[in-house]
Amino acid sequence: MSDATVVQNGGHATAKKEKGRGTGFYVRATFFFAFLFFLYGPIVVMGILSFQGPTGGMTFPMRGFSLHWFREVFNPSYIGEFTSPFFLSIGLAVVVMVITTVLSFLAGLAYRRGFKGSGIVFYLTVASLVTPSFLISIGIGLGFSNLGLQTNAWTGGLGAQLTWTLPFGLLIMLAIFSRLDTSIEEMARDLGATDWQRLQHVVIPIVLPGLIAVALFGFTLSYDEFPRTALLVGSNNTLPVEMLAVQSIAPRPNLYAVGTMTTIFSLAVITISFVALWLVEKRRGLTGGGGVPEAEHYGDALGQRRKQAGPPAE
Amino acid sequence: MPTSSFFARYSAYLQAAPLTLVLLVFLVGPLIVILIFSVFKFTGFIWEPGFVIENYERIFTDRFPVTIKNYVQTIKITAITWAITLFIGFTLSYFFVFDLIRFKIKIFFFLLVIVPFWTSGVVRMVSWLPILGREGLVNKVVVGVGLSEQPWDFLFLSEFSVIVGYVHVFSLFMVAPLFNVMARIDPSLFEAARDQGAKGWQILLYIIIPMTKPGIAIGTIFVVALVASDSTISRILSGGKMGTISTTISNQYQHFQYPFAAANGIIFLIVLLLFVGGLMRVVNVREQL
Repeated sequence: MSDATVVQNGGHATAKKEKGRGTGFYVRATFFFAFLFFLYGPIVVMGILSFQGPTGGMTFPMRGFSLHWFREVFNPSYIGEFTSPFFLSIGLAVVVMVITTVLSFLAGLAYRRGFKGSGIVFYLTVASLVTPSFLISIGIGLGFSNLGLQTNAWTGGLGAQLTWTLPFGLLIMLAIFSRLDTSIEEMARDLGATDWQRLQHVVIPIVLPGLIAVALFGFTLSYDEFPRTALLVGSNNTLPVEMLAVQSIAPRPNLYAVGTMTTIFSLAVITISFVALWLVEKRRGLTGGGGVPEAEHYGDALGQRRKQAGPPAE
Repeated sequence: MPTSSFFARYSAYLQAAPLTLVLLVFLVGPLIVILIFSVFKFTGFIWEPGFVIENYERIFTDRFPVTIKNYVQTIKITAITWAITLFIGFTLSYFFVFDLIRFKIKIFFFLLVIVPFWTSGVVRMVSWLPILGREGLVNKVVVGVGLSEQPWDFLFLSEFSVIVGYVHVFSLFMVAPLFNVMARIDPSLFEAARDQGAKGWQILLYIIIPMTKPGIAIGTIFVVALVASDSTISRILSGGKMGTISTTISNQYQHFQYPFAAANGIIFLIVLLLFVGGLMRVVNVREQL
C-alpha cells in the first residue's frame, strides 16, 4: 500500500526528472526570488538607512555611518516619543493575545459540539473580518462619545483590535478542530476520564500547536494594528499610531531606526513562537503521542504523505 | 447534580458566548450606532437626533457624480491590486506545491513569504520612500542610466505607489489560501490526464484552476475587503490624492460630518457585504478549513 503511494505521488516528480526541469520551473523560481526581493528589499534598505550619519536624510546617500538616529529614538526632546507607545503596544498585544486565544479556543470547543446559531456566529465572524476598519473605529468612537466616555487604547482600542484578531483565532481553531479525531476523546471518556481530564490531558495537548499559532496571530496583529486603533487611542498613542503621526509631521531617519527595532522585535516574537511549536512537535516525537501532524497545519496532506513515504525516487 | 447538568447541557452555548459577546459589543454595536447617526438631521455644521433620509438622498442626487467617481476609483484600484496579487499568489503556490519536492523546503519557502505578515504594516509602508521617492533608489538609477533627465514623479505619492504598497502588504492574504487548496490536489491526477493525452495548459485550465477556485474566492474576499476599506495606506503613499470611497468617508469623519460619513459608510458596507456574500454562496468557506 505504502509502496503504491510512493509510486503514485512520486510519479509527477519522476516524470519531471526524466524530462529534466522545464523552462516553467526556472521562470517560476526566478519569479519567487524576485518576489522575495520585492518583499524584503525595502525593509533591508530601511535597515541600512537607519544607520545614517547625523546629517543624513531619509534617502541615500549615506552621510556617514552612526547610531545617532537610534539614540534619537529615545531622546524625549525630539518629535516622536516612542518609548511609552512601545510599552503600551506590548501591554495591549499581550492582553489581546490572551483574550483571543482563550475565546477562540472556547468557541472552537463549542463548534465541536455544535450549537443552535453556530451559522450566525460564523457569519458574524466573517463579517468582522471584512467590515471596513474605519467603520468599526468610527462606530466605537461615536458610541463612546455619546455615552459620555473617553476612549483609549484599553477600552475602544482593545475592543476594535479584538474584532480583527478573533476572526483569525476562530478560523484557525476551526481548522485545527476539524482535523481532530473525535474517537480519541470518546476513548478517554470510555476509560472514565472526566470532562476536565479530557480537556486537560487529551484535547489541549493535541491542539497546542494551534493555540500557539492563535497566540502568535493575536500578539502580532494587535502589536502592528493601526487602521482600527488610530482613532480610538485617545491621548496615548500605540507604537504604529505614533509612527504614522511622526511620518505625517516630520519624517526623519529616527523613524527608520524605530522601524528597524520594531521589525527585529517582531522577528524575535515569530522565532519564539516557532521554537515553541518545534519543541511541542519534538516532545510528541519522543513520547510517540498522536497528534495533528505538522504538515496538516498547512493543509499539506500530500507533503506529509511524501514525508512519511520517504523522498520520491529520483 | 442540577448545576453540573446545566453546564453539561448548555456548555456549547457558554463556550461560544464570550466571543459572540465581544463581536456584538464591538462590531454589531458600533454598526448600529453608525446606522442611527446616518438618519440624524444634519445641516453641514451641526447635527441633531432625528429620522431623515436626506443624508442618503444626497449621495444619489447632488453628490451623485462624486459618489460615482469615488466608487470607480475604488473599484479600479481594488481590481488592479486583486489581479496582481492573484497572479503572484497563483504563481508562488504553483511553485511551492508542484515545483518543490522536499516538504521542508516547501514549508521554509512558504514561511519566507508569510513572515512579513507578522511584522509592522506601517514599517513596510514607510520603507517604500527610499526606494520610490523622488530621491529614491529607482529614480537614481533612472536618471543615472539616462532613461530620463527628470526623476519619474509618477513613482511616488501616486496611484502607482499606492498599488505597490497594497501588493506589498496584502499579497500574503492571497498566497496563503491558494497554497492551502493547491496543496490538496493529488498530482496523480496530472499523470492520469497526461495519459489521456492532455497538454500542460489543459491540465492548468481544466484541473488546477477549477480545483483552486475556493482558495481564489477566500483570497479575493480578503484582498478586496482590505484594499477597498483602506484609507491609511492610500493617504500616506498617495499623499492624500486618492479619492476612494473610504478616504472620502474618513475625511467626512475628520471634518465632523458624522451623519454624511455614516450614510456613506452604510451604503459602502452593504455593497461590500453583497460582494462577499455572493462569493460565499459560490464557495463554502467552512469546508475549506
